[in-house]
Amino acid sequence: MDAIILQTLNGLDKGSAYALIALGLTLIFGTLGVVNFAHGALFMIGAFCAVTLQKILTLSHTVIDETRTDFLGNPMKVDVPYIYEWFGESTGNAIIDWSVPLAIILAIPVMIVLGVVMERGLIKHFYKRPHADQILVTFGLAIVLQEIVKYFYGANPIPAPAPDALDGVFDFGAMLGFDANTITYPLWRLVYFLFSAVIICAVFAFLQFTTFGMVVRAGMADRETVGLLGINIDKRFTIMFGIAAAVAGLAGVMYAPINSPNYHMGMDFLVISFVVVVVGGMGSLPGAVLAGFVLGILEAFASMTVVTDFFPGINNIVIYLVAVLILLTRPRGLLGRKGVMED
Amino acid sequence: MTKTNFTRRGVMKTGAATGAGLAVPTLFTGAAWSDGHTGFTNAPGEGSVTLGFNVPQTGPYADEGADELRAFELAVEHLNGEGDGGMLSTFSSKTLDGTGILGRRVEYVTGDTQTKPDAARAAAKSMIEKDGAVMISGGSSSGVAVAVQALCQEAGIIFMAGLTHSNDTTGKDKKANGFRHFFNSYMSGAALAPILAAQYGADRKAYHLTADYNWGYTTEEAIRTSTEALGWETVAAVKTPLTQTDFSSYIAPVLSSGADVLVLNHYGGNMVNSLTNAVQFGLRAQQANGKQFEIVVPLYSELMARGAGANIGGILGSQNWDWKLENQLGARYSGTNAFVQSFGTKFGFPPSQAAHTCYVQTLLYADAVARAGSFNPCAVVEALEGFEFDGMGNGPTLYRADDHQCFKDVLVVRGKENPENEFDLVEIVEVTPVEQVTYAPDHPQFAGGALGTCNPGA
Repeated sequence: MDAIILQTLNGLDKGSAYALIALGLTLIFGTLGVVNFAHGALFMIGAFCAVTLQKILTLSHTVIDETRTDFLGNPMKVDVPYIYEWFGESTGNAIIDWSVPLAIILAIPVMIVLGVVMERGLIKHFYKRPHADQILVTFGLAIVLQEIVKYFYGANPIPAPAPDALDGVFDFGAMLGFDANTITYPLWRLVYFLFSAVIICAVFAFLQFTTFGMVVRAGMADRETVGLLGINIDKRFTIMFGIAAAVAGLAGVMYAPINSPNYHMGMDFLVISFVVVVVGGMGSLPGAVLAGFVLGILEAFASMTVVTDFFPGINNIVIYLVAVLILLTRPRGLLGRKGVMED
Repeated sequence: MTKTNFTRRGVMKTGAATGAGLAVPTLFTGAAWSDGHTGFTNAPGEGSVTLGFNVPQTGPYADEGADELRAFELAVEHLNGEGDGGMLSTFSSKTLDGTGILGRRVEYVTGDTQTKPDAARAAAKSMIEKDGAVMISGGSSSGVAVAVQALCQEAGIIFMAGLTHSNDTTGKDKKANGFRHFFNSYMSGAALAPILAAQYGADRKAYHLTADYNWGYTTEEAIRTSTEALGWETVAAVKTPLTQTDFSSYIAPVLSSGADVLVLNHYGGNMVNSLTNAVQFGLRAQQANGKQFEIVVPLYSELMARGAGANIGGILGSQNWDWKLENQLGARYSGTNAFVQSFGTKFGFPPSQAAHTCYVQTLLYADAVARAGSFNPCAVVEALEGFEFDGMGNGPTLYRADDHQCFKDVLVVRGKENPENEFDLVEIVEVTPVEQVTYAPDHPQFAGGALGTCNPGA
């Protein structure tokens, strides 16, 4: 029982990341009709917003400590963060400790601007081109973004830990009536799940309950008619691209403590996220979210030894297997609109 | 009736192309070499000799590759009489005098392995065929090492392996033209097991998570065999996909398995992620079977320790070399300080174990050529086989003739709990003497394959 609860939690946690990335992909596909293979790179850049803020907060000047020597026997150069001088050591350390959550403040404007620049500067030129061209150009863009990050940050993963207060484990066992410490789960992963739920709800509320969202939904249903009503739908779709980039970026920021960010982490999520979009139904926002969580849970259960003992290697292919089965039996995906991909 | 497409122009083109193709081998054989040897690949001319350094310049191991390249650059400088000479002054063999190799100035070309066997072979092939490299060295993966070693064997080139830890490199995939200075999975097991038993007790239950590829298998086998011989029980060994990034689903069942030790047979990004995930799940804070739960990482590098951050604190593992070795354990490890001084002065930080092994391999090759008086690969093989040396930072070392594996002391290290800086992330727990990590050439973990005979190429 405890194993099932733990793997369900793992699945929800994995699914959170899949759902957030797939949500952004679907927003872009649903509004602009663009297949954005650079979306994984946006997730990665979000994670590096956390790394960047950490580096900014630990910017230091060097002082010579004559009492100690470095590895060459010279007097030791010690880095003293400016933040210690401005706020004192304990407050400075507390601010540095919370650098990942604080990075959300940095990531939102950075990602929106990056998304808008991407859309206006490059992607808009490919609206009328075939999907294959869009895939090629956005995939190329992803590689360029990766290499830029690698140039500045190197290829090695860079740790970006969670705040100490959220670094422990939560004892589900005690809460559910099991023995203490039988079902424990990392606090930060629970935070990630809750954060994802809030972001997903916020995106849906934005689209559902604001005038802007209503216009965007109308534009997704019939772009031409909305345009004929005198509404500049292109401008709104550009902003939606920025919002989709911000969603991917926020998913990346909060993922940074789960796995140390590295320049190719976006590619690790990209293919799975596309499968999530297809399984959920191309253009369906609820479908992307549902498929994200379903596939996350399936992936978690497929890696249990009791499963892999029966089906060796199933953990490697379960997501793709399910995608094939769903597409064979229901080509429009779980919540896709009737007729889409069914021709 | 058969239609043919022969034209005068076509025949001339084909002829020219064929002629050029047939002439390629003469690039290898046609040069004049002053040492009187003929009939081997890429014999150097009078003025210079070209070495090929094949390292990951792109991909996840690019930082490790960059450190290897720094070490190669330094080795070439020292061979050419530039800089402070580094380990030339401490190396027990005194044939190298800073005048290049056999009087030829050392030049080098580089290739990018991308940590992909196919790309690594292509890069090595290019350096051999286009640049005339007479030796290939470097790399950060056993898959790459095995692939490039096989290529060098076919081409008649000496391969001085970089960072490769799988038993197979000098086991079932060993080749006469290939030499490994780095230690291997068996040695990690032999060095680590007694320390693990001493620190954590002989009554332990281990759960292995193993990367699903060659290096993972040999490392798991080595650690299991060594720890089980000392009384540990292996409760489960689970393969994890090489492409896995989030190991939560694999780590969640560990505590309920009855295990009290988790062994992570992972390297690189896999290790950074799996260790981070294991610590997140609170394993190190747990008690199991009435004991403190422990995590072991059989092999990790300084760069991986940096990637894992604070999570590496207290984690036991093994290493080939460490820049603090001579300062902490004395003159037996002479050469360490000389290399650290050269490297640190030039680049501003201490060298990694990957840098050390690449530097040493370059000097060992140069010395073997100098002692043999020839660049002929077979002469080099003969000079390196059974070669005993010292002063290269690892203590007395043997290049065993049977399998071309170096035998030397192995370090057991522990991640520092409170490192002073980003280059001081591990502490040396113990140095395991060479006798304890030496095995018979026909040991079952190295079974299969044959060294064969050296191939001079051409």
